[in-house]
Amino acid sequence: MTTVEVGLVPFEEALTRYEPVMGLEVHVELSTATKMFCGCPALFGGEPNTHVCPVCLGLPGSLPVVNGAAVESAIRIGLALNCRIAEVCRFARKNYFYPDMPKNYQISQYDEPIAFDGWTEVEVEGPDGPERYRVEIERAHMEEDTGKSLHVGGSTGRIHGAEYSLLDYNRAGIPLIEIVTRPIAVPGDRAPAVARAYVQQLRDLVLALGVSDARMDQGSLRADVNLSLRPVGTAALGTRSETKNVNSFRSVERAVRFEVSRHAGILDAGGRVVQETRHFHEDTGTTSPGREKSDAEDYRYFPDPDLAPVAPSREWVDALRATLPELPAERRRRLQAEWGFSDLEMRDTAGAGAVDLVAATVAAGSSAQTARKWWLSELARRANEQAVELSALKITPEDVARIQALVDAGAINDKLARQVFDGVLAGEGSPDEVVAARGLAVVSDEGALTEAVDRAIEANPDVAAKIRDGKVAAAGALIGAVMKEMRGQADAARVRELILARLT
Amino acid sequence: MPEITRDEVARLAGLARIQLGDAELDRLAPELTKILDAVATVSQALEGAGEVQPMSHPTPLRNVFRADELRPTLSPEQALAGAPASEGQRFLVPRILGEE
Ligand SMILES: [Zn+2]
Repeated sequence: MTTVEVGLVPFEEALTRYEPVMGLEVHVELSTATKMFCGCPALFGGEPNTHVCPVCLGLPGSLPVVNGAAVESAIRIGLALNCRIAEVCRFARKNYFYPDMPKNYQISQYDEPIAFDGWTEVEVEGPDGPERYRVEIERAHMEEDTGKSLHVGGSTGRIHGAEYSLLDYNRAGIPLIEIVTRPIAVPGDRAPAVARAYVQQLRDLVLALGVSDARMDQGSLRADVNLSLRPVGTAALGTRSETKNVNSFRSVERAVRFEVSRHAGILDAGGRVVQETRHFHEDTGTTSPGREKSDAEDYRYFPDPDLAPVAPSREWVDALRATLPELPAERRRRLQAEWGFSDLEMRDTAGAGAVDLVAATVAAGSSAQTARKWWLSELARRANEQAVELSALKITPEDVARIQALVDAGAINDKLARQVFDGVLAGEGSPDEVVAARGLAVVSDEGALTEAVDRAIEANPDVAAKIRDGKVAAAGALIGAVMKEMRGQADAARVRELILARLT
Repeated sequence: MPEITRDEVARLAGLARIQLGDAELDRLAPELTKILDAVATVSQALEGAGEVQPMSHPTPLRNVFRADELRPTLSPEQALAGAPASEGQRFLVPRILGEE
């Protein structure tokens, strides 16, 4: 398939003339035990056609029955997105001619989604700190996933040029929730980040709800990016493209940038954007045309007569509302307030994947600032060296809290604490065991300290003279000499006191 | 009843990936019109019925749910038994036209 591709306009330049308007459609595969309308396992993968039955194969005489757990998950997702929940809604057949559904239709919801009119707020990084944008949710509806096709023959393994196709229906019928936003019009330079933040937020949200494993790499969370441009200052929406196969958060961002550049190129050249499906390519960060959508609305939806309407009672909805966990964004805001972190500190903590670790360290008795200090400096550096996630380090938040408690009690100092981290990470045992085994306790024998102080004064008469003249800042050199002699195992504050007591 | 035009038949055939010749299009357009006319007698039942809501389900059933419990699946052999062709434990279908 060939289309004339006109030049791309650099993203920043495009924004001087056009405003992007986005729409995001996210499909979430639910992690129920069974499929949406039959008792087949809703598992990822498996040998071809081993998770199938007459219902999901669409064999004559079979009768689909709704999975109650999937409806429950759908309602909880809707509530978490501040949606209204339908009092009655129906399933509809979406008819199309494509063999990825053996029935020749997909069971979905059409004009009666189970959840609608919601919103969520996403946070992106601006030049002056975090900025929040509200994303309106048009609807979240229930449907079933399709089977997987494998195209055989031809040079590329794609449909084009293929001699025939092979179908595996293991995935056909797995419960899906499709979440559709209203058009999102944010400042153009924020659009890529807002799109990414939104998809990430949905991922965090369904994980917190425990309704999906939300693996973009396995397709259990899939994003379609709809994008159109309009001249700056105008209100009417331009023609949109719909980019599919966007399989990572980064790709969501790149897809938005690329489509802005591409649309701007077409519009600048006086061309017309074609309403079509496009495919995103991870390797190049570009999109290529798929199917034109001129007949897109011709799915001949009609209510599925095999499935009774779903009418969630208000009691049920309220009971489900009560099961909602604290959602990730709310939790971050609450913790930031409790910890007294600045926006920057909180962003760095979240960015390092340390929110849960700091929370657990605080729960084990540390102050938030000391917990943040250890995780984001000392431990982040080691995780970086080992190329692992912070949470994969062989040290627990309780260990970190214990090490800080030893510092607070004066048993060790920060320098010794680093050696305790070394020991714990090397598997030498608990912080107390490492302190004992390595003999890391601070020397509190005043006699030994006093002797070391005297030796340092004797060895540095010029420094001592300065201090006698009132230049207290010079004491640092003597403290350093004493600490060196004590191999770091002294309380620096106490050493300073002793020096000043001798010389002032 | 509106007439089904030759163009509409051609468009539907395109959607259904069915190749129709000129003679077939000529024949099908009036045939489909007749079929729709026949079906249209059903809509006469609605005339004079007043404010009747279209009905999608003949029973007042609501909330027919299944517990999220596994049921036996078919074996791949059973699943593929009715398939005209298969390969590698998958259903084999003719070339899918048109799109990437
Ligand atoms: Zn099944």
